[in-house]
Amino acid sequence: MAKRIDVSGLHVYYGDFLAVEDVSMTIEPRSVTAFIGSSGCGKSTFLRTLNRMHEVTPGARVEGKVLLDDQDIYAPDVDPVEVRREVGMVFQRPNPFPTMSIYDNVIAGYKLNNRRLRKSEADEIVERSLRGANLWEEVKDRLDRPGASLSGGQQQRLCIARAIAVEPSVLLMDEPCSALDPISTLAIEDLISQLKENYTIVIVTHNMQQAARVSDVTAFFNLAGTGKPGKLIEIGETNKIFTKPEKKETENYITGRFG
Amino acid sequence: MTTTDLSTTGRAQRQRRRLGDVLFAAGAQGSGILILAILAGVAAFLILQSFDSLAANQANFLTSSEWDANTREEPSFGVAALAFGTVLAAAIALVLATPVAIGIALFIVFYAPRRIAAILGYLVDLLAAIPSVVYGLWGIGWLVVQLAPFYAWLETYFGWIPLFAGPVSTTGRTMLSAGIVLAVMILPIITAMTRDVFLQVPQSHREAALALGATRWEMIRMAVLPFGRPGIIGGAMLGLGRALGETMAVAMILSPSLVISWFLLQSGNQTIAAHIALQYPEATGYGVSALIAAGLVLFAITLAVNMVARFVVSRRKEFA
Repeated sequence: MAKRIDVSGLHVYYGDFLAVEDVSMTIEPRSVTAFIGSSGCGKSTFLRTLNRMHEVTPGARVEGKVLLDDQDIYAPDVDPVEVRREVGMVFQRPNPFPTMSIYDNVIAGYKLNNRRLRKSEADEIVERSLRGANLWEEVKDRLDRPGASLSGGQQQRLCIARAIAVEPSVLLMDEPCSALDPISTLAIEDLISQLKENYTIVIVTHNMQQAARVSDVTAFFNLAGTGKPGKLIEIGETNKIFTKPEKKETENYITGRFG
Repeated sequence: MTTTDLSTTGRAQRQRRRLGDVLFAAGAQGSGILILAILAGVAAFLILQSFDSLAANQANFLTSSEWDANTREEPSFGVAALAFGTVLAAAIALVLATPVAIGIALFIVFYAPRRIAAILGYLVDLLAAIPSVVYGLWGIGWLVVQLAPFYAWLETYFGWIPLFAGPVSTTGRTMLSAGIVLAVMILPIITAMTRDVFLQVPQSHREAALALGATRWEMIRMAVLPFGRPGIIGGAMLGLGRALGETMAVAMILSPSLVISWFLLQSGNQTIAAHIALQYPEATGYGVSALIAAGLVLFAITLAVNMVARFVVSRRKEFA
């Protein structure tokens, strides 16, 4: 079930370096929230703190609070592994497991929780997830082929299928289309619009048209200056951000005056 | 216009080949051919030199285990027990060393704090620098003495497994001791190879597993081990190659006898390499030629192992 994310006063550090400063926002369930902003402004870093993936980077840590519905994901008794099962992620470059077939890729995450899986059950999950990712029709006859044999766009949808197979409540997407051609991008964007029926979706994008097309809410991040931490400048309904932003900085960015 | 210009320049350059390029290409090609020539030369030497004794041999060279070659008349010798001992010792070493090497490599890459990882990696590399004769001394002077009581214990509690059946050698100079020393010797090379492939696992694959809610161990099983499998096999085969050919340590540790024996705790067995080293100084008559024939068998075994390894590594290439 889709869940609400509540971030309050979040700082992200790499060692002593403050990378993202004081972010607070609420992300509604069953909506698409887009993060925009120039490169290096901390939007990806911030995204990764929403499922504690930033902890993979040595020295990365946060201060502040992230609530998933009412559960603080940084509470001392919370295992990051559990957080990531609840908050799935799709990366910039499609990264299916190269040693696994399409079928095994989809079921890989689900298997972690359910060791003893009946074949019929697994088949069902694979079909449901691939259908959910709009990929079933294209691959149903070659599920035993390597995941890497698919085109880039198909691989990215395979990764989405893999992420939704574990039935997360939130799906984070870190520039999911930036390595794809326009047709594949369109396929992913259509998919995002469908997925928001069931999931809370957060997407980082460099493409402002994409943010305008797929998102309900847009958040604009920017650096306070060179060497300064990234900040959330403004967040609001996508329509409003792109037509009547409140901050000058946002307007400059979306009208292409900088960034 | 520009394109035409470019292509003519290209063609002109191709015609006027640069001296440096020509020399470098020839040098590289020559080096490549040299390898083949050396390999063929060694094989030819082994075949030609062994022919003499093989023609005079009264026993079946491949199935006999006796070694009565130091004579000019009617030698009779066979390589069966030696080949068996060689493969057995190397197999023991491989079975013992590979899991430990994978464990060390995983620890260095994924678990150890960076400083400890660096030190540990360095120490493992250092193991590879120890000459094999030193391993032999260590093995016979210290290890076998320590192992003897352990062997007695093994026999008491696991003697019902044929491999560990008694009577246990009281000196500890057994096949298992030789295998253990070989395992220590091949540990660094397997560790180094597996560590390198683990380091090459793309960050994106590791993150893919972690983002699905994999624990560190699950991430290793999902993304690291499958990706590293060819490298692990390659490393293990390199280690096996070294174990097969290792001479000094085995010659020093094992108390040899030319029998085919599965009893790891009893003295007996011998490897080809150690046999050649021990027998060569006193070989007369057909002796030298017979030892070369044994060497040919070792050469063939090693070659076969490497070819099997290549085959295994390349098998599911599509998935790599």
